[in-house]
Amino acid sequence: MGESLYAVTTMPTARQPGCPFDPPAELTDARRHGPISRYTFPGGRPGWLITGYDLVRSVLAEPRFSSRKELMRHPTIDYGDIEIPPAPPGEFLLMDEPQHSRYRKPLISKFTVRRMRLLTERVERITADHLDAMEEAGPPADLVTAFAKPIPAIMICELLGVPYQDRGSFQEQVDSFMNGETSDEDLIAAYTATQDYLAGLVAAKRANPTDDVLSDLTDSDLTDEELKGIALILLAAGLDTTANMLALGTFALLRNPEQLAALRADPALADGAVEELLRYLSVAKTFMRTALEDVELGGQTIKAGSPVILSYHTANRDPERFADPHVLDLRRRDGGHLAFGHGIHQCLGQQLARVEMRVAFPALVDRFPTLRLAVPPEGVALRPETADIYGVKSLPVTWDA
Amino acid sequence: MRITVDAERCVGSGMCVLTVGEVFDQCQDDGKVIVLRPEPPAETQDAVREAVDLCPAAAIALSADRRP
Ligand code: HEM
Ligand code: SF4
Repeated sequence: MGESLYAVTTMPTARQPGCPFDPPAELTDARRHGPISRYTFPGGRPGWLITGYDLVRSVLAEPRFSSRKELMRHPTIDYGDIEIPPAPPGEFLLMDEPQHSRYRKPLISKFTVRRMRLLTERVERITADHLDAMEEAGPPADLVTAFAKPIPAIMICELLGVPYQDRGSFQEQVDSFMNGETSDEDLIAAYTATQDYLAGLVAAKRANPTDDVLSDLTDSDLTDEELKGIALILLAAGLDTTANMLALGTFALLRNPEQLAALRADPALADGAVEELLRYLSVAKTFMRTALEDVELGGQTIKAGSPVILSYHTANRDPERFADPHVLDLRRRDGGHLAFGHGIHQCLGQQLARVEMRVAFPALVDRFPTLRLAVPPEGVALRPETADIYGVKSLPVTWDA
Repeated sequence: MRITVDAERCVGSGMCVLTVGEVFDQCQDDGKVIVLRPEPPAETQDAVREAVDLCPAAAIALSADRRP
């Protein structure tokens, strides 16, 4: 049976024209053949591509699959046999236990359901301010810069304690290493600038603690280097993801007018709408793991050291888990999507992201009853599939003023 | 139905609280799961089962007896 296993030869770099919300056809095809496919990594290293819901979830729950950075292999670029350094201190997304929980543990009380819900009013205020500004400036607007980016940016900056006057430049830096299109040179420059900024911020918080997560953490045994890493991972994980959910989510609602109308008509739909948009869009679309020992999975033996690509997006579109998976249905109540992952790395900021989206989507559609695209849908510029987080580069919208 | 949790495993995702807030909470100090109703009322039991399934860290267990 190993012989007949489906193999994916190249990872797709773009989606099907006219299907900006659906996974690339190559990945959907792979899933149709079965939940696990072979994929040969650059340089001839045998690896795997997992596209089915159950198998993706079981890999994420399995400690024999590692998240360690130094074990990862790039899925499309051949870096030869160069040694990859481990994740810098504090960047726990790419660590296993026990290092991972050294960092995650002190953070979880800062991101509980209860604490994040207390931020609802603050999110409402920030959202209203940005809608006011859009209304005042009048149509058209780029929803990304006017709405989708600033709301999560302000929230994460306030949580971390980034001073207001630094936010603009800071966000630009973070942007340029997240968009998937920056040249290597600029990427390194932006990354270094962000690192330097955060090192200064940690030092400032240690000297003069204020009421924020970073200051709180100076009261632990974490070093400045570690705090800097934590701050970086919170920003990198918290800004771009939510911003792209808001912008791409709005695009999806505008392309599904009956769904948008349902959300506008029934505020009680908001929670379910957020979960369904998360499932349907899965902007954090693929992550990687590496087998630490031989593991039996889906009838195959994953050899120790083999890299595994996990497609969260196709898992969330798996017809064996979700009925009519390619339909956006805000009334769907299946639950259990993998848009925030699963296992010990499941998104730390998910309750914050939920509060932001829960407030922002309904507020936007309420404020502008005639909101619509200002360009033909095929004219909306999409991120390449090579970006870590999928989304739109800009979303020109207009309305009847 | 009786609920037991393993706070050591809990990664503080909040999925259980989101799913059945009447039954689960998170500790203010360390963010870990707290069971408010170890013997959950009948009308919450389906949601409790869902929370068990959703928990990313397999930190929640159910048993039928009072003494597991
Ligand atoms: C809608 C928005 C978001 C999406 C779709 C998202 C998605 C994800 C996913 C899929 C993972 C798991 C990665 C893996 O399996 O290896 C993750 C981890 C993480 N996310 Fe989010 N995220 C979002 C918002 C946020 C926010 C707002 C924050 C910060 C406040 C945040 C902070 C983190 C951190 C720190 C991790 C690493 C957790 C760990 O390794 O234990 N995320 N996120
Ligand atoms: S769902 Fe599991 S990991 Fe998340 S808070 Fe509850 S017990 Fe902890």
